[in-house]
Amino acid sequence: MIEYIPYVAVICMIFIGLYAAIFRRNLIKMVIGITIIESGVNLFLITLGYREGGVAPIYTSLPPGTTYPEQMVLPVPQALTLTSIVIGVAVLALMLSLVMHIYRKYGTLDVQKIRRLKE
Amino acid sequence: MTFLDALLFHSPALIIAIPLLSAFLMPLVSRIHGKLRNIFAVSMIGLTGCVIGVLATDVLANGPRVYIFGAQDIALPLVRILFEVDSISIFMAIITILLAFIAVIYSWSFMNHQDGLDKYYTLFLLLLTSALGMELTGDVFNFFVFLEISCITSCALIAFWIDEGEALEAAFKYIVISSVGALFVLFAVGILYAQYNALNIATLANALQYSFLDKIVLVLFLVVLGMKAGLAPMHMWLPDAYGRAPPSVTLIIMSATLASFYGILRVVFTLYGNVLTTSIRFDLPLNTIVGWVLIALAIVSILIGVIMALIQSDFMRLIGYTAVAEVGYMFLAVGTGIAALGTPYATVALQGGIFHVLNDALDIGLLFLVAGAIYYVTKKRSLDDIGGLARNMKFTTIFFFIGLLAVAGMPPLNGFTSKFLIYESVYQLNPILSIIALLCSILLLAIFIKVLYAAFLGPQLPDLKDVKEAPRSMLLAMGCFAALAIIIGLFPNLFLDTLVKPAADALLNHAQYITTVVGGI
Repeated sequence: MIEYIPYVAVICMIFIGLYAAIFRRNLIKMVIGITIIESGVNLFLITLGYREGGVAPIYTSLPPGTTYPEQMVLPVPQALTLTSIVIGVAVLALMLSLVMHIYRKYGTLDVQKIRRLKE
Repeated sequence: MTFLDALLFHSPALIIAIPLLSAFLMPLVSRIHGKLRNIFAVSMIGLTGCVIGVLATDVLANGPRVYIFGAQDIALPLVRILFEVDSISIFMAIITILLAFIAVIYSWSFMNHQDGLDKYYTLFLLLLTSALGMELTGDVFNFFVFLEISCITSCALIAFWIDEGEALEAAFKYIVISSVGALFVLFAVGILYAQYNALNIATLANALQYSFLDKIVLVLFLVVLGMKAGLAPMHMWLPDAYGRAPPSVTLIIMSATLASFYGILRVVFTLYGNVLTTSIRFDLPLNTIVGWVLIALAIVSILIGVIMALIQSDFMRLIGYTAVAEVGYMFLAVGTGIAALGTPYATVALQGGIFHVLNDALDIGLLFLVAGAIYYVTKKRSLDDIGGLARNMKFTTIFFFIGLLAVAGMPPLNGFTSKFLIYESVYQLNPILSIIALLCSILLLAIFIKVLYAAFLGPQLPDLKDVKEAPRSMLLAMGCFAALAIIIGLFPNLFLDTLVKPAADALLNHAQYITTVVGGI
């Protein structure tokens, strides 16, 4: 049962993030919501990649007594997570810089007051 | 191995590498001279176009081509990144490079007096790279990476006129929607990897069991890519982004949008190709459900697009809503092709839908360029502030007239050829759908006739007395689109037989796509 806890956490994080991104009126809080979704998805990938008793696939630093290649873990989920984190940083930086410019232009972060493109 | 063979062998990698590397060389080149920068951008996109041309002739003659990064042949396909190019990918790549080439010619004059052009061209080439990457890749994770690149670069380009508050707003809306969407694509990729231990599309399609999780993945892909393609309930970013970005940018954002449309085709027809006819419950096969859902959303898109276009006064925003309607036509055709899979008219519908991708790119692109030309000479966006421009802008008026006839689907032009295929095949599925599509097309004609009168005909406005014709490079770009629209309208079979039919066959014959990779183990 305990091994399902990370998946429950993933679902919770994604829904909390979605809630913040959709229903919050403050732009910074929307950005935070998107970051929470991203962390949830990254947690999901990392949880998928966990293998009981696995070792890192580095031949020169195998712990003594391991059987290889059976115990080695294919590091694809970790690679995916790293890529996703890097992309996430870029998106976060871009979003925050846009928020900054919007604040300079309108003097507020409230979505309701900013909306000029309505129909 | 001769030079041409080597070029052909490495062409899928080169198509990505040339724009990517020239994007990062761009700041360096633009330090030397402004004109050199423009020449560099045009020539690099032209070079990419040549490589795509070489690859296209080979793929259309010899079937799908696989390129594996870091290996000579298909050894250990599970851990390699691979590109798989078939007729539909190359068809989309040709459209993308065409839009990019025209847009870069147009930018020559249009962006002339702006600063920050080195960044503009860098982002432009990166966006081109991402659209091409989405179309050529054979790997779902790779697809996600290119999707995120397109999201970041298009957002930055939409906000290029950063001193306008509306541009910032449109860009923020776009990045929120597309980054959340892209994260859900990553979630779907994770689910697929967890089940099948593979990331490349062919292996996944071969192994797909159609479990409960696979249904979730299908829904996630359809929702996110539909959203990125501008389908109805989530279309609202599209008119904002198209209307507020510089028109030359709109063209290349449109190619990213069309790449998302291609993503839906690839997911439904290839990834879920093996299980498309299995029924879930109530004896309803998967293809009927997906098809009818797409048709329903498409009808909503067409109606919303046309009705909202009627009440717009901002010229570029009006064309943005028309683009929503045109996306609706593509999805209507593809939905019919999926819902009626196996019947002869389903193939016709699919061909119509794919052909409409090309025609939509040309027509909407031409209209945006005209709107951009008007903005360039008058600095006005609203249709209420302009009038009588036909006196001073003869060529632009002619190009707008061609564009309006094409987008409304009038016979001698390209819009007619694909829309006719769509009406004909949709009618056999359900006549009412076809009638709605036809009526909305007529409404589009009415809307653009109104624009023609408001902007080009009528009395000359006093403050617009001294406007000049648009500069030569902008006229050249518009002329290319108009000429293509006329050529496709006069000789549709030429394009239908050489490009569109192989593309539709590649989608329907998903077994070939799978065995090209899986059979090689």
